[in-house]
Amino acid sequence: MENLRELYQQVILDHNKNPRNFRKMEHPDGFAHGNNPLCGDQIDIYLKLKDGVVEDVSFDGNGCAICTSSASMMTVALKGKTEAEAKALFDSFHHALTEDTAYPDDIPLGKLEVLKGVKDYPVRVKCATLAWHTFDAALRKFQGDISTE
Amino acid sequence: MSNVAQYDVVSIRNDFPILSREVHGRPLVYLDNAASSQRPRQVIDAVRGLYEHSYSNVHRGVHQLSQESSRLYEDARVAVRGFINASCVHEVVFTRGTTESINLVAQSYARPLLKAGDEILITHMEHHSNIVPWQMVCQQTGAVLKVVPISDAGELEMGRFNEMLSDRTRLVSVVHVSNALGTVNPVKTIIDAAHAKGIPVLVDGAQAVPHIGVDVQELNADFYVFSGHKLYGPTGVGVLYGKEKLLNAMPPYQGGGDMILSVSFEKTEYNTLPYKFEAGTPNIAGVIGLGAAIEYVRKIGLGAIAAHEHGLLEYATKQLKQIEGLRIIGEAGQKAGLISFVLDAVHPHDIGTFLDADGVAVRTGHHCAQPVMDRYGVPATARASFAMYNTFKEIDVLAEAIVKTIEMFG
Repeated sequence: MENLRELYQQVILDHNKNPRNFRKMEHPDGFAHGNNPLCGDQIDIYLKLKDGVVEDVSFDGNGCAICTSSASMMTVALKGKTEAEAKALFDSFHHALTEDTAYPDDIPLGKLEVLKGVKDYPVRVKCATLAWHTFDAALRKFQGDISTE
Repeated sequence: MSNVAQYDVVSIRNDFPILSREVHGRPLVYLDNAASSQRPRQVIDAVRGLYEHSYSNVHRGVHQLSQESSRLYEDARVAVRGFINASCVHEVVFTRGTTESINLVAQSYARPLLKAGDEILITHMEHHSNIVPWQMVCQQTGAVLKVVPISDAGELEMGRFNEMLSDRTRLVSVVHVSNALGTVNPVKTIIDAAHAKGIPVLVDGAQAVPHIGVDVQELNADFYVFSGHKLYGPTGVGVLYGKEKLLNAMPPYQGGGDMILSVSFEKTEYNTLPYKFEAGTPNIAGVIGLGAAIEYVRKIGLGAIAAHEHGLLEYATKQLKQIEGLRIIGEAGQKAGLISFVLDAVHPHDIGTFLDADGVAVRTGHHCAQPVMDRYGVPATARASFAMYNTFKEIDVLAEAIVKTIEMFG
């Protein structure tokens, strides 16, 4: 119970109640819809890129506290990152939540560290990673669009 | 009321070994019975006894074990017949569960019959397993799926139902007790109205048989389907009851062993009921465990169980309604023992995780009834569902855990 309280206090304080970048975006460069059919979490990720850098990222949707706060923190963490840096951060974050071993090329997670506690609640890991998978899909769609030009 | 007074929940709980375990250092409070109930020792012993003493394949060998297993297997069918009061034993077909029973009817009864423009009538409160098999058969035949709406309270709009019964309707398929709302539907009225127009009715009884005495002849249901695992029996076994006349006219669902009388490469003669629909080696232990579960339920008595669970429902409804920021989804006049709810401040998943930390098991999510969630504009709910072994004290633990969760999210 104490671990849970600690996790939620860190996570929900702030980000769940006041999610950052929680808005639809007009004319995004990248967009993807994320859906967790088991629990009904739904997230839309909007993305603006300029010269290979994440200029703006926002989200919209409906999810639990872990899902919402993770999405909110993700948008903050990603702004200003290059596409490659964003991908690397996703890999590192995903690894931290799903694997016991240290990540080979450990990238500092910074404020995202607080979400590592989710690892103790395996059924909730997908809540914390939904926004990231959706971001990844939005980025890949954008990159796909570029490569077909 | 004497039933209620004599109801010995302590001795019932002692029959369920799992109920004495702890979860996260707290006594388990198991309120996820609508997803799957727990097993009494009598069921566990029946399955163990089979494997330790009698097990062999059924309907085949002349040897002693095969005969013993076959007898136990067929005894379970006799138990099911009595439990739902089917007119004869061969109207009871064993399947993998409610889902397979519905798919069987969709493919073997409806599919050969349906023509483009024909209609299947279901309701807005169906489980996905009573939606998708009909969508599939509609795609295969060009038939159309029609959906009877439900009210804000979670009751079927019977006026609309009567209007929607058309001369194109070929089958009505309706849930007896809603797994997401707890609503008990007036299936007898529904069946009478459909029969007045010559339309057969399938009743999905998965959530009904553990809580309500079902008499398929009195209901005059054409098909009645349910699962073993919600009825204190094993997983992977269920029942399709069908009227003899309908089952006899239907082609087999799957081909294989046991469902044939003779096979040559030119011609195969199908077996008689119910074996025509039981291709392959069946879930022998599951069926025998289900028989033991039915025997256990009958010993305690569904009347007494229903009275106890109704008491739990009334008490839980009263306790939960006192919690500020809690909204109950589904307030039908006739309800079985489950409560779906949402909190203003907390998403159902977070509720589920916090209740679990207090040892309280509830289901959170869409309960395989997404159209119901959409109807009430919620992404998911938390659901506490009661069984014969739950206690009033457990309802208090639930209510306290909810209040604590709300405080946490302040």
